[in-house]
Amino acid sequence: MVLFIEQALNGLQYGMMLFLMAAGLTLVFGVMGLINLAHGSLYMVGAFACAWVAAATGSFFLGLVASLVAAAVAGALVEVVVIRRLYHRDHLDQVLATFALILVFSEGTRWLFGSFPLYLTLPPVLSGAVMLPGGLQYPLFRLAIIGIGAVVALGLFFLINRTRLGIRIRAGEADREMIAALGVNIERLYTIVFALGAALAGLAGALVGTIQSVQVGMGEPVLILAFVVIIIGGIGSIKGALIGALLVGMTDVLGKALLPGLFARVMVGSDAATVGSALASMLIYILMALVLLVRPQGLYGQRG
Amino acid sequence: MKLKSGLMGTIAALVMGLGAAQAEGVKVGMITTLSGGGAGLGVDTRDGFLLALKQAGEAGSKVDLVIEDDQQKPDVAVQIADKMIQSDKVDVLTGIVWSNLAMAVVPSATAQGKFYLSTNAAPSQLAGAGCNARYFAVSYQNDNMHEAAGAYAKGAGIGKVFIMAPNYPAGQDSLAGFKRFYDGEIASEVYTQLGQTDYAAEIAQIRASGAEAVFFFLPGGMGIAFMKQYAASGVGIPLIGPAFSLSQDILPAVGDSALGIKNTSSWSPDLDNAANKTFVDGFQAEYGRLPSLYAAQGYDTANLLLSAVAKADVTDAEAFRAALAAADFASVRGKFRFGPNQHPVQDIYVREVVKVNGVLTNAIVGTAMTDRADAYADQCKM
Repeated sequence: MVLFIEQALNGLQYGMMLFLMAAGLTLVFGVMGLINLAHGSLYMVGAFACAWVAAATGSFFLGLVASLVAAAVAGALVEVVVIRRLYHRDHLDQVLATFALILVFSEGTRWLFGSFPLYLTLPPVLSGAVMLPGGLQYPLFRLAIIGIGAVVALGLFFLINRTRLGIRIRAGEADREMIAALGVNIERLYTIVFALGAALAGLAGALVGTIQSVQVGMGEPVLILAFVVIIIGGIGSIKGALIGALLVGMTDVLGKALLPGLFARVMVGSDAATVGSALASMLIYILMALVLLVRPQGLYGQRG
Repeated sequence: MKLKSGLMGTIAALVMGLGAAQAEGVKVGMITTLSGGGAGLGVDTRDGFLLALKQAGEAGSKVDLVIEDDQQKPDVAVQIADKMIQSDKVDVLTGIVWSNLAMAVVPSATAQGKFYLSTNAAPSQLAGAGCNARYFAVSYQNDNMHEAAGAYAKGAGIGKVFIMAPNYPAGQDSLAGFKRFYDGEIASEVYTQLGQTDYAAEIAQIRASGAEAVFFFLPGGMGIAFMKQYAASGVGIPLIGPAFSLSQDILPAVGDSALGIKNTSSWSPDLDNAANKTFVDGFQAEYGRLPSLYAAQGYDTANLLLSAVAKADVTDAEAFRAALAAADFASVRGKFRFGPNQHPVQDIYVREVVKVNGVLTNAIVGTAMTDRADAYADQCKM
């Protein structure tokens, strides 16, 4: 039972990590109608900025701030220099251009920081494990990620639903010509949204890089999962991204934890492990297919 | 008179021909990973190889080396190999880090009459029925480090082990290799996704398994992520890995979480022999960092090649093959020879991650296997 609760917490935590990544992507995709494959590169920029600043100053928290700033600046630059020219082009052009950006970012990072993974670790305040009620020992940093994810989700809800910027973002999503006609500087709004999405990706990169590895190409595997999340949740919906991320996180972790055991009841040990883990890795895509079958626009999607 | 001048002419031509062959030396194509996430391994392979050529001086300059980046993609590796064979006219290919790329390149390269010297990947297919007279694995057979980890766990009297690897051919070979020499209880056998970076679910299973040790094969970023998360989880069960999970290219990124982890390797920076000392000191002086296993294997491969070039001309394939098979060079691994399938017969050591002058590195704490060849040599009909 304790094991099951621990795995459920792991699923929640993994879902929150995915949410941090997917929130920025869904914002950009929903508001600007842009497929941004380079979102994973901004995630990498955040992780490298955090690792570099943390190593230079000795402070992990300064590193976190640096990850937000670096990813936002990189995002704003990319929007002004490249992305701005793509809004009126079709999705294939966007995919091509942002794929090129992945290559530019990857080799640029390798050129700046070298070929070897960087060192980034937890600050003493957040390292180690805590004892939860029920005798469950759980890493403190994973609890912190759950907390940070919740704060970001609340912050985004507030921003989108309660602020002037949020009204403009929602209006831009509904009809970009109309709000431009009403005197809103749509170009600046887009730059802000893109930088905001980039900053979220950067933060996710720094947090995740801390317990994973900071290396070139770290963003691409997560990018695929983030796309799965926003497709399940519905494109453009922050609420959808949150629910989708938690669903994917839970499905993935519980699938990995339970399936091999289930197969072991009907098969021999080694085969059960292979088949069970193979099926577990497919589960989230099966989930995505099922959601698409029932609700093609995603759980909270607006457009058909 | 006429006869004499004709004879002289022939002799002169012969001498000139010989001279030309000597000066031409050998043309080598290195295909390795120099961009993307796996670049660290290729960079070390290349740098080790170049260091050996540089240290050889005059002899090293006879090796005409072309280097290209395979981007860790099999299709790109195949294209480069074709180009090197057809337009660069190389005699020898080398440098591939990954088994799937090696499988795409090696069989067709050897079929076209080129030599291939492996600096790292040595999949079982090429060690057994698919062995080839022109293919030499200078590194290790893929299963070796895992077998040694199993032998070590058995020797250390560990009764129950949790074993884990990614779900792909090399991962399945890894766990099979471990079990080949370990006869204790397997607490659980877990396959993770290739490229997985979050191991919370597996760590929870390890905590609940009641195992006495954990054997894990997670190369590159996967291992970095696992070890950091494992250290933060508070689970104290000791870890055992093959060298790849704790190689010098990875250790700085893992940090102190890696301290004390046992791993099995055919080479270690503290191996006590003259060749290794020259290598480690030379590498640090040249590149300002400690060499990894991949650098050591690149260095040995270059020295093996130089030893063969000194004895035979590459155009005489049989003589050149015999010169390679003799393995007449000073290996950084100390004693080194080839078995009948042209894979190494060597000792595999147990290392422990330690901190020397503030730098994380490996130190030998024992020998797991002595004169280990591989499990596939019998199937090789050469």
